[in-house]
Amino acid sequence: MTNPTETQKPLVLVVDDYQDAREMYAEYLEFSGFRVAEAKNGQEALDKAFELHPDIILMDLSLPIIDGWEATRRLKNDDRTRTIPVVALTGHAMTGQSDEAKGAGCDSFVTKPCLPDALVDEVRRVLALHGGTPSR
Amino acid sequence: MASPVALPTPTSAPDLEARLALAEQLLACDDPRPCAERVVAWLARQGHADVAACVVRAPGIGRLECLAAWGLSEAERAALEPDSAVMESPLTEVLRQGTPRFFTPPRTPLPDRACLVVPLGRAGTPGVGVLLLSADSAMLPPEVAWVSTLFGPRLASLLPAVPRAWAGGELLRRIIDTVMDPVLLTDLEGRPHIVNTRAELLLVAGPDASEGRRRATELNQQVFSAALASFASGGAAGVRRREVPLVDPVEGIDLLFEVVSTPVVEPDGREVLVSVLRNVTDLGRATQALGESYRRLRATEREARSERHRLDRVLDSVPDPIILSDPAGGMVMMNGPAEKLFATHPDSGEAALRRLRSNNAGFSSFLANLLDAGGKPRWRGQLPLVDPATGATLPMEAVASKVLGDSGELTGIVTLFHDRSEALEKARLLERVKEGSVHLEARVQAATAELAEQNEMLRRQAIQVEQASAAKSQFLANMSHEFRTPLNAILGYTNMLLQGVSGELSPAQKRNLTRIDSNGRHLLEVINEILDITRIEAGRMPLNLSDFGLPELLQEVMAEMDPIIARSKLKVSTHLGPHVPAVHSDRQKVKQIVLNLLSNALKFTHEGAVEVLAEYVPATSTIAISVTDTGIGIDPANQEKIFEDFQQVDSSPTRAYGGTGLGLSICRRLADMLGGRVTLQSVQGEGSTFTLHFPRRARRA
Repeated sequence: MTNPTETQKPLVLVVDDYQDAREMYAEYLEFSGFRVAEAKNGQEALDKAFELHPDIILMDLSLPIIDGWEATRRLKNDDRTRTIPVVALTGHAMTGQSDEAKGAGCDSFVTKPCLPDALVDEVRRVLALHGGTPSR
Repeated sequence: MASPVALPTPTSAPDLEARLALAEQLLACDDPRPCAERVVAWLARQGHADVAACVVRAPGIGRLECLAAWGLSEAERAALEPDSAVMESPLTEVLRQGTPRFFTPPRTPLPDRACLVVPLGRAGTPGVGVLLLSADSAMLPPEVAWVSTLFGPRLASLLPAVPRAWAGGELLRRIIDTVMDPVLLTDLEGRPHIVNTRAELLLVAGPDASEGRRRATELNQQVFSAALASFASGGAAGVRRREVPLVDPVEGIDLLFEVVSTPVVEPDGREVLVSVLRNVTDLGRATQALGESYRRLRATEREARSERHRLDRVLDSVPDPIILSDPAGGMVMMNGPAEKLFATHPDSGEAALRRLRSNNAGFSSFLANLLDAGGKPRWRGQLPLVDPATGATLPMEAVASKVLGDSGELTGIVTLFHDRSEALEKARLLERVKEGSVHLEARVQAATAELAEQNEMLRRQAIQVEQASAAKSQFLANMSHEFRTPLNAILGYTNMLLQGVSGELSPAQKRNLTRIDSNGRHLLEVINEILDITRIEAGRMPLNLSDFGLPELLQEVMAEMDPIIARSKLKVSTHLGPHVPAVHSDRQKVKQIVLNLLSNALKFTHEGAVEVLAEYVPATSTIAISVTDTGIGIDPANQEKIFEDFQQVDSSPTRAYGGTGLGLSICRRLADMLGGRVTLQSVQGEGSTFTLHFPRRARRA
């Protein structure tokens, strides 16, 4: 059984290997009116992205198996996922990481720690840029 | 030969007046020749003879000479003067016999008529001359007899010398003529009575002699007479010798004669001199040559002696000892330095003598080497000697060289010594220097090795430090990541709870969650600042230069700080100085510094105002952005300290002010990167002014 309003909500794929952070963002995004899917590494992120075709992906860059840069590069090189905006999340505030992230095809860049409300603001902003329907 | 005939004496009376006149004339005349001429003329005029002549023995030479003639032809007169003194004639017979004779012709050399020949002279002595008268008989006219008795003695006294005892004299004459040396008999005044041919050449000039020759003979006679006169005045009896310079009348050259005069007493008691002249011209020359040779010899000897002295001085001046030995090894001479080593002195002590003997023995055996060496011309060797004065050992090197004569025979040995003390000392010093240098080299090498080792160690340490630093940076980066990940969750959940994600909160819960949030943010701030410093130190914070304006930058700063400013009760203002130009620098870093300074000012100021002023300093082309507060101020002692890492004035755990203590440290580092600096002026309790100075146009590092 599917709730049509439920399906209207944007689907956010949260990719983070750190469970607490992943679930925290997920909870707050759901609290904020989004549908949320989760992936705990790059490979899983690719699988979920092809499977679910989310409206936006929050991509932590430091990931096991396939890291965030590589995963983003593959998503952006695939016609099925090319149009999905990717917001990069990183704890590495070192200069150059944002450039590298953009080089990999990330649409936005958020430095951790990032408070849930700030993150949601950013998600809404990016979705608005891509013509998606912001929730609420 | 006709025997003498006694002449009868005429008896006629004499003409006394005529006799007186003649006698007066003869007394007035001192020259035999005019006297004879007057007598002859008188006799002829008195009519006693138509032919008359007076012939005398010429003084000195013994030859007959016709002093005067009357009525004779030239030939008849010349016949009376025979060339030779020794020729016998009626005239010489009469002279020798001393009695008048009558000759009938022909009797050469008498004229061709009967003649009376009357001897003239002093009574009782041989005649000095004769009167020749033509006569008819052997009767001697009374006037002739008178004239002869008057004129005879007179003539004898006028003629300088008339040879006497002429009998047998011709042979004697011939004998003395053969003598090569001039021989003559003179009276004491030097007037010659008898001269031989050689003497005649020197002293007598014939009537036909040249003017020069006559003068020369006259000069010679004067010199000779003077010499004899000085003999006579000398008074000494016996043989007298004297050197007399005469002139050769023919050649005109100077001759030197030694005159040996012997006084002889004549039968008549008169003293005469027999002189023999010996030509010593050559002898004189020889003597002179001999004297010259002797003088030269003396000069040569003198030269040799001075040469020898010079040589001695030269040898003495040589500092090295030199010895000249004879072929047998005996010492001939030595120089001063050698004497000190080998010669005994009267004041040499016993020890000195012993050392001298030792030296001499050593030298003798050394010379034996050369003498035994056969054909070798020199021998070199070490000869240790002893200083006789001090007993110190002298390491000598000696070279003995043979001195060979013209035919190669050994005539001597010269030995030179050379004191090797100095050389040995030098060698020893050199050795020590070498040792020292080897030692030094070893030390230098050791030091170099040590240095290299230390360098290597330092290099390793530097690498280690670098690695450690890199590791630290990496560690801090990692740590900040690792800090942030949980902090992210803490802050996130706190944030969610405060937003009521999990339902409404009680006021106590809300207050506590707010504290968690506040502490979490502080922790995050600390971590961020540590990360900044780490990035700066790791060189991972490059300059991003751009052109920007200061007014906009200040507005941004004020906007960002607005929430805090609003919370404070401070009056915060910004001012812009005149003509502040656009800036070319790293905008982000300038902004971060100003934010930090302003944040500090707000934090440490409880009341009053905070003023931000941006100015341009044309003199240095720099921008100055100052933040002045009316806060607590900073003690001068702490003004430097606060720029250090993790330093606050109050660094106690319970400090009243928050912050990491890294803010100013980061400001200082960022200012450095901009080519500027941060300065502080502060009075404790009154406030502080922090100023950022940086070039208007930054240069890329």
